[in-house]
Amino acid sequence: MISLLNYWFVFALMLLGLYVTISASNLVKKVVGLNIFQTSVFVFFISMGKVADGTAPILDSAYNAYSNPLPHVLILTAIVVSVATTALALALIVRIREAYGSVEESFIHDADNDTAP
Amino acid sequence: MSAQLPILVILWPLVAAPLCTLLHNRQVAWMFSAVATWASLLTAIGLYIQTSAGGELVYELGGWPPPWGISVNIDSLNALVLLLITGMASVLIFAFPASLTIQWLGNRARLYYTAYLLCLASLIGITITGDAFNVFVFLEISSLSTYALVAMGRDRRAQVAAFRYLIMGTVGATFILISVGLLYMVTGTLNMADLAERIPALHDNRVVRAAFGFFIIGAGVKVAMFPMHFWLPGAYSYAPSIASAFLAATATKVAVYIMLRFVFGVFGADLFFDVLALDQVFLLFATVGIVVGSLAALYKDDIKAVLAYSSVAQLAYMVLGIAVGSVSGLTAAVVHIFNHGLIKAALFIVLAGIFVRFQCTRLSELAGLGKYAPWTVGAFGVGAMSLIGIPGTAGFISKWYLLLSVLEHHWWFMALVIIGSSLLALAYMWRVIDALWLREPTQLVQERGREAPLNMLIPAWTLAAANFFFGIDTTVTLGAASRAVASLLGVSS
Repeated sequence: MISLLNYWFVFALMLLGLYVTISASNLVKKVVGLNIFQTSVFVFFISMGKVADGTAPILDSAYNAYSNPLPHVLILTAIVVSVATTALALALIVRIREAYGSVEESFIHDADNDTAP
Repeated sequence: MSAQLPILVILWPLVAAPLCTLLHNRQVAWMFSAVATWASLLTAIGLYIQTSAGGELVYELGGWPPPWGISVNIDSLNALVLLLITGMASVLIFAFPASLTIQWLGNRARLYYTAYLLCLASLIGITITGDAFNVFVFLEISSLSTYALVAMGRDRRAQVAAFRYLIMGTVGATFILISVGLLYMVTGTLNMADLAERIPALHDNRVVRAAFGFFIIGAGVKVAMFPMHFWLPGAYSYAPSIASAFLAATATKVAVYIMLRFVFGVFGADLFFDVLALDQVFLLFATVGIVVGSLAALYKDDIKAVLAYSSVAQLAYMVLGIAVGSVSGLTAAVVHIFNHGLIKAALFIVLAGIFVRFQCTRLSELAGLGKYAPWTVGAFGVGAMSLIGIPGTAGFISKWYLLLSVLEHHWWFMALVIIGSSLLALAYMWRVIDALWLREPTQLVQERGREAPLNMLIPAWTLAAANFFFGIDTTVTLGAASRAVASLLGVSS
């Protein structure tokens, strides 16, 4: 079962990340959870492209087994997307903090309910 | 030139977006965005004409044939969706300069236009691409620009709404990424046409089924399908009104499109209906979504929130159309994608006009506005008629087909739900019309009551007129929809 070890880790990280995203009240912690969740998917893609005993896909007469580069390339794009998402999320948190004076979801919820007509 | 149309339609806004950041004058930035939007619309019209005879345009990016290269595929279905997105953007762009957010931003307005152009480009990208991974990338670009647009609302709650949308949207998009990864593991391809060929043989494969589940949940978040709809009311209520108009008319519609495309064009209808029986789940979600959305709309004071909850119900109609799955059900879903885009664009742009005058959209403060601004409230009334589904309007066409499709299956209960929810729509829209038109003017209205700015009123009435036009002449919408459904289901029209 050793070959599936990566996927078990991916699975654990995925659930952990989702749980933190959903349960954390602190907005920054939510973003951290989201990052863990996204990273688990990156690991998943990278594991998928790995071929046993394969090397980097550079033509060389010494090797004949190469890993599949496509998932690795895809995940580069996904990492960029993830960085952009994190940056935007943190920027929003800064503005939420300026407007409410807190990054706790429960606090923000109460503050909005108090001002609502 | 005409062979390049499939790529040009996205290139206009995509190239314009980064250039727009350099234009410090907000009028110049607006002109620039408007030209890019209109160029995109004209290209989309060209594509609609090219596909109107049926068939599919395949454009190979960089001359690399699929499955090695990425292809752009355009058939009747995405030609119609393209027409909707670019058409709505082309009308709404006229209202941008008058919107308060743009005025308040001053020379930073160019960044707002950039976000808008990026959102438009990526929505077009989702619609035209023939590559499953591209769908994820464009989905994320559109989502990121949407979060930025929503966060620019004046109320501080806009930022919280944008953040909540960001969390849900990213989880949803990542689910789609997982789905794409699982599909690649099993099939070794990302090309949607290739996937469609290889998946039917693998319907018993657990990985394919898992991929389907991940996809449905990911797309469901973007569609705001009932249990995943929590981001929508906040995002639409607190976003700048003009952004609400644009997003309500385009973003969720593209999400419904991608769900249609993947369910019928990639995974195959057999997997959805026979193997996993997800249509039962969709029926349940649609029913609850219609009822919950309509009931919530009945109790909101903010007109934008009324429209936002009504969107939840209206999107559930499209989910219902997918769940019915027959030719007529899917036709209803596709037509409703188009018609509901028209309706919500018209209604939200009127609200944008009202917001410019009063800085609020609360019903209790806007009572009696009709006496001072009959044209503004009139345009809203037309949109409301279409939303309810009064014969002669666009909204009637899609509801009628939806009703026929459930009656085909003898689903009397669903027919009752559709009729009942139309009555609910009548109730919540009447509540708004009644207050705006028949009640005594409030002090705020008496002091500041006048028509919306002309460059918002004209787009509003253009959209209102379009609601009548597409309610009477259905050759464009129904024609494209029936061709699209025929090719999706693989039957001759």
